[in-house]
Amino acid sequence: MPAFWAWFVAAGTIAFVIWCVYLISWAGKQGPQNKEDEDLVGHVWDGDLEEWNNPAPKWWLYLYFITIAWAVGYMIVYPGIGAFDGLFGWSQEGQYEQEMQAAEARYEPIYEAFAAMEFEDLVKDPDAVALGGSLFASYCTTCHGSDARGATGYPNLTDADWQWGSSEKDIITTITNGRNAVMTPWAQILGSDEAVDNMVNYVQSLSGTVEAGDGAESARTQFTTFCAACHLPTGTGNPVLGAPNLTDSTWLYGSSAEAIRTTIEQGRQGQMPAHGEFLGENRTRILAAYVYSLSQ
Amino acid sequence: MRRGKRIRIPTYAYRFGRLLASRLSANVQNQTGVRPLDTAASYNDKVVRQFTIMTVVWGIVGMLVGIIIAAQLMWPALNFDLPFLTYGRLRPLHTNAVIFAFGGSALFATSYYVVQRTCHVRLAFSKLAAFTFWGWQAVIVLAAVTLPLGITQSKEYAELEWPIDLLITVVWVAYAIVFFTTIGKRRIKHIYVANWFYGAFIITVAVLHIFNNLAIPVTLTKSYTIYTGVVDAMMQWWYGHNAVGFFLTAGFLGMMYYFVPKQAGRPVYSYRLSVVHFWSLIAIYMWAGPHHLHYTSLPDWAQTLGMVFSIILLAPSWGGMINGIMTVSGAWHKLRSDPILKFMIVALSFYGMSTFEGPMMSIKTVNALSHYTEWTIGHVHAGALGWVAMMTIGSIYCLLPRLYNRDGMYSTKLIDVHFWTSTIGVVLYAVALWVAGIGEGLMSRAVNSDGTLTYAFIEILASKYPYYGMRLLGGVIFFVGMIIMAYNVWKTISKEKPAPVAVMDPVERSGPDAS
Repeated sequence: MPAFWAWFVAAGTIAFVIWCVYLISWAGKQGPQNKEDEDLVGHVWDGDLEEWNNPAPKWWLYLYFITIAWAVGYMIVYPGIGAFDGLFGWSQEGQYEQEMQAAEARYEPIYEAFAAMEFEDLVKDPDAVALGGSLFASYCTTCHGSDARGATGYPNLTDADWQWGSSEKDIITTITNGRNAVMTPWAQILGSDEAVDNMVNYVQSLSGTVEAGDGAESARTQFTTFCAACHLPTGTGNPVLGAPNLTDSTWLYGSSAEAIRTTIEQGRQGQMPAHGEFLGENRTRILAAYVYSLSQ
Repeated sequence: MRRGKRIRIPTYAYRFGRLLASRLSANVQNQTGVRPLDTAASYNDKVVRQFTIMTVVWGIVGMLVGIIIAAQLMWPALNFDLPFLTYGRLRPLHTNAVIFAFGGSALFATSYYVVQRTCHVRLAFSKLAAFTFWGWQAVIVLAAVTLPLGITQSKEYAELEWPIDLLITVVWVAYAIVFFTTIGKRRIKHIYVANWFYGAFIITVAVLHIFNNLAIPVTLTKSYTIYTGVVDAMMQWWYGHNAVGFFLTAGFLGMMYYFVPKQAGRPVYSYRLSVVHFWSLIAIYMWAGPHHLHYTSLPDWAQTLGMVFSIILLAPSWGGMINGIMTVSGAWHKLRSDPILKFMIVALSFYGMSTFEGPMMSIKTVNALSHYTEWTIGHVHAGALGWVAMMTIGSIYCLLPRLYNRDGMYSTKLIDVHFWTSTIGVVLYAVALWVAGIGEGLMSRAVNSDGTLTYAFIEILASKYPYYGMRLLGGVIFFVGMIIMAYNVWKTISKEKPAPVAVMDPVERSGPDAS
């Protein structure tokens, strides 16, 4: 905080505290404790509105004063008066670091115990899988669902289909760094509504959901030219790019002609955020093993 | 036959609309048809009547929207997949309708009434006052159109886009001119305490509204705020909390300071208490906003100030409650026969309760549990239904017969029924969300022995379901009371021809002659 504003804030804070104390002392000095009926202020509004001038209740003035005293005390020990950091040296970042370190010291050994275990063994170890399940419930269910079956646009993790690969290294990379799957829009490049229709038909025919129609042949030419770069000429996809296999029955964004048309025309953006930084190596590995175990 | 049946509802709606319009525009006439008093010699009660009736209308509309979104939390399918019926668009409509349409109309109505009665002059600038009525209604209608269309600044309680903000500013400045000119023309030296609070409310809301809404327009329906990042957040909650402090507290304390002593027939308990708590309240509320931003990127010192000044705010807030309740003290027997006074006492009790709850929730340790849970919504409604709405309802029951030359409302029995529906409704509502919110907070922070979260989001949501039901029930019961009120109001005014009321000459009295 610039020095001027630090002093400005400090001055304002202190001035308002003094103002409150002044009001309390003013109330305390207001004459003797008169009996109600003898102490009308002497104005009459609207025919019958009048005011007594009873003293403010003592307990109320004490309450007011105690809150002010407490506030002043609090601002001496915690940051509050301008740039003064307070006697405790407390900050919310400091508190966060402290709590995280305490949590790390308490919980990390639980996960560290599995560090030496082979991945294949982790997948079969009930304790590791249980731990992985807890991690999954905390970090993954928001997108992938509490049953890990995902939703439209969010992969189902319980099937045998792996968009980004199923090896230990692949899954750990997915969790650690996250993934960005990008399919660009193709409507303009394919050229016409008819070409898009044909492509929809062709893509559907790859997985055998519909018969290949009259336009399938011309669509196949375009597929080989444009789509094969990611999805391969066979349409079986490429886990390195996160390009889905189009010949199986797994459809991340839906298998209807309408859904596939939207995918082709507008493209898709699939994002999984990175989790490595706050999970750390040990937890990531146990979580990866759990996720893999779901498909076994 | 079938045809006849089908046009019935539109016919009733048309008739209702016409009667409402005639009530709103009725010119004051006395029995002979001439208008000898429509001058400086009579009070301007027309604008008061207009705002009073619209308070009831907007109260019903705003609370109905509240019920709809409370039901959507239980049954999300109730948005029917229509964008303008989704929760995200109806929720700001609900808050704007109850705060600015219902609460705002109530504040306009009562402040215009009170300032004339306690200054012993006719309201200044009749035409400007009429402009504030139609201008404010235009703001409300524009809000009711733009918010469901998704046109929003995305600032809580300041969602309306810049053209509407400009209209609000113009109306508000006109309001200030009418109010303060009337004060300036007063025929009694001392300014009555209610007017201090109304005055503070009018000035502060102008400042809050203008500075929080500073934005660069891009199109007619889109603008970008001039503030960035955490400064924007701080401005927003400086505005947001003072909207609570000045719109929903100071303004309604003004209402309380006139209608409670009026209804109780007793003098205000303590002049000096009102001085201390007024100057404390308006000074301290300004600092409390940062408690909405605990444990965020707001600097530590600002969070601390928000918290400690919220704690200091407890006593100044309770000053108003003490003065209100002690004013009724000595007339407790009236509570047996006067449901209007019951409304006021329960309103003051809820005021005291929520102004204790607020400072408590502003303590960082408590806030870490309560923030982002249903508890916050429960707290807001204890204040909004328990304090704001019940004080408004009581005041309107007191005010309306006076505006239509009657001794009282059509039915005191129905006021009593309304009192019980309101009380039961708000208690159900607040209790449901306390339980839901504290449970939500505890579940959110629960961890397993391996450091992972015990509950997934969806499990926490599922745990709140029964309480969503209880809250909906509370809201419906409160709403039923409003319908009863509308019927009672209609029966009270539909056959009355309001006559002008002559401005009363002030009397100065001193000494111990209290009764």
